[in-house]
Amino acid sequence: MSRIDERFAACRAAGRPAFVAYLTAGDPSPARTVAACLELERGGADVIELGVPFSDPIADGPVIQRASERALARGTTLAGVLDLVRRARAAGLGLPVVLFSYLNPLLRFGLRELPAAARAAGCDGALVTDLPPEEAGAWIAACRAAELDTVFLAAPTSPPERLAAIADASRGFVYAVSRTGVTGEQVALSDDARPLVERLRAGGKPVALGFGIATPEQVAAAGAVADGVVVGSALVRFLEEHPEGDLAERVRWLRSATETPR
Amino acid sequence: MSDPGFFGEWGGRYVPETLVAPLDELEAAWRAAREDEGFLREYRRLLREYVGRPTALTFAERLSAELGLSLWLKREDLCHTGAHKINNALGQALLVKRLGKRRVVAETGAGQHGVATATACALLGLECVVYMGAEDMARQAPNVLRMRLLGADVRAVDGGSRTLKDAINEAMRDWVTNVRTTHYLLGSALGPHPFPTMVREFHAVIGEEAKAQFAAGPGGLPDLLVACVGGGSNAIGLFHAFLGDPVACVGVEAGGRSDAAGEHAARFAGGGAAPGVLHGTRTYLLQDAAGNVLPTHSVSAGLDYPAIGPEHAHLRDTGRVRYERVRDGEALAAFARLGRTEGILPALESAHAVAWVIREAAALRGKRIVLNLSGRGDKDLATVAAAFEAGP
Repeated sequence: MSRIDERFAACRAAGRPAFVAYLTAGDPSPARTVAACLELERGGADVIELGVPFSDPIADGPVIQRASERALARGTTLAGVLDLVRRARAAGLGLPVVLFSYLNPLLRFGLRELPAAARAAGCDGALVTDLPPEEAGAWIAACRAAELDTVFLAAPTSPPERLAAIADASRGFVYAVSRTGVTGEQVALSDDARPLVERLRAGGKPVALGFGIATPEQVAAAGAVADGVVVGSALVRFLEEHPEGDLAERVRWLRSATETPR
Repeated sequence: MSDPGFFGEWGGRYVPETLVAPLDELEAAWRAAREDEGFLREYRRLLREYVGRPTALTFAERLSAELGLSLWLKREDLCHTGAHKINNALGQALLVKRLGKRRVVAETGAGQHGVATATACALLGLECVVYMGAEDMARQAPNVLRMRLLGADVRAVDGGSRTLKDAINEAMRDWVTNVRTTHYLLGSALGPHPFPTMVREFHAVIGEEAKAQFAAGPGGLPDLLVACVGGGSNAIGLFHAFLGDPVACVGVEAGGRSDAAGEHAARFAGGGAAPGVLHGTRTYLLQDAAGNVLPTHSVSAGLDYPAIGPEHAHLRDTGRVRYERVRDGEALAAFARLGRTEGILPALESAHAVAWVIREAAALRGKRIVLNLSGRGDKDLATVAAAFEAGP
């Protein structure tokens, strides 16, 4: 079992959804990202997704676009992100870490070289936003060899046969995109979310629901549907507004409506 | 590789999952349409009665005499809306009707594709949103007004380099959000499959006409075809009908101010390009050592793009097409020269192709050349005036 598998299993045993926290690596600074990871763990997050900043983030809304621009302006690269993970591990980070990247930085690094390098740095999994499973053959093989979990996205537009293939290619968990659109906070959970998660569950792997989840009520609602809840833009925006704010406190607040075991 | 989405190792469909099924749906609709006589009849009727095809093949008599060669211009500038872009915009807009969608988003650089899309949407009664980089809106102001008069909602894109690449980013974000009701009417032979092939097919009429016109007029085949290459739609449209013939092809990229990173948009002939993925396709991409896309510069907004259509990447690898670059100043000089010798003001994009012929004239002596004059230059008057005021 990978560290991600273990986490989801432990959450299930405890009768609560896993809290998956996304941050853009290098925003507002590399040092802050290392500290932020430790705060997320202290606040009770279960999995950390670390976004690799990219110049053309077509799947991201304005909050993560701005974070990516700030991180790039500070010189953050994929190699630099791996170094941040290494530093966070050295500082005692125990949570599973999933790299969240667009394809091009990985290609430039070397698609065959990256999984082993990421694993050595202390990463547990990777999700590539613009790499659907049918284009991912070489990537999956390299990740399997390095024992790096491959997380794939499932969308409300994905037909049943694709959902099966996505679940099949995924390790650790499957990331269900709650609605059509880019990342960013929304006022309510989309009607698309529940049926998508239910169809994905047939694959037998844990399903984390993300995109647009920003308040304790939404975390609770998503957690009632899925095995895990991803909060991204809301945390990135918190750091944008309070660069030195306490993320541990923020995670506790976001989880505050999710008290009752399912 | 036999996968229809690939040209050799280039192309593919590298998109967020949300877009995969809609691209499958688009591909199925397009494959059905291209076999449907009714669809083709309507498309050809619009090209004839609305666009004004076939466009002329004009012998550039005075410039040819000055250069010591024989140059014909394929006059896409005479298309309704002033550029070749309308061929593809109308084809895709007809597909939108078949898909049962009501809303279209598009990107535009020089504004030519935006105008063509706004026009096709007005003609067919579709809602139209055009994303355009804020810098491009400033340098192509007449086309912004034109799109708005045609009923399009033109939205300024302030992110990144505020040019074509960023307009595509924003159009893709709109599309992924509204994909159930909205078609992305991509304007060049790039992006995820099936766009590179579909856009090429809608523009293949350029080369088919040119081939027939050349055979009927001067006779036989030309020695050489020349076209400018941004994403590469006008070039592939001209070249495609000739790829099986003994005719040389040259694509001319935007060399900008210099070969330094950020100063040009020459993916092949400049420096800084490596295989990469941008906007859903694997191709040559101007990028830094960490895989971030480099800024580009060209005096011509339509060529100011860091990647190139995947079929061009393949044609370059196989050596079937040669790619060269021309600097801003050479393009501006060619713009003026074609005006004085032929009474034709070309788009600054097309002026790059003219500039290459002028520069290489000694080596091209006696050759019979067909150049794709992909658009007219009215939209560029402010840019040209500012450049000539500033001096060389």
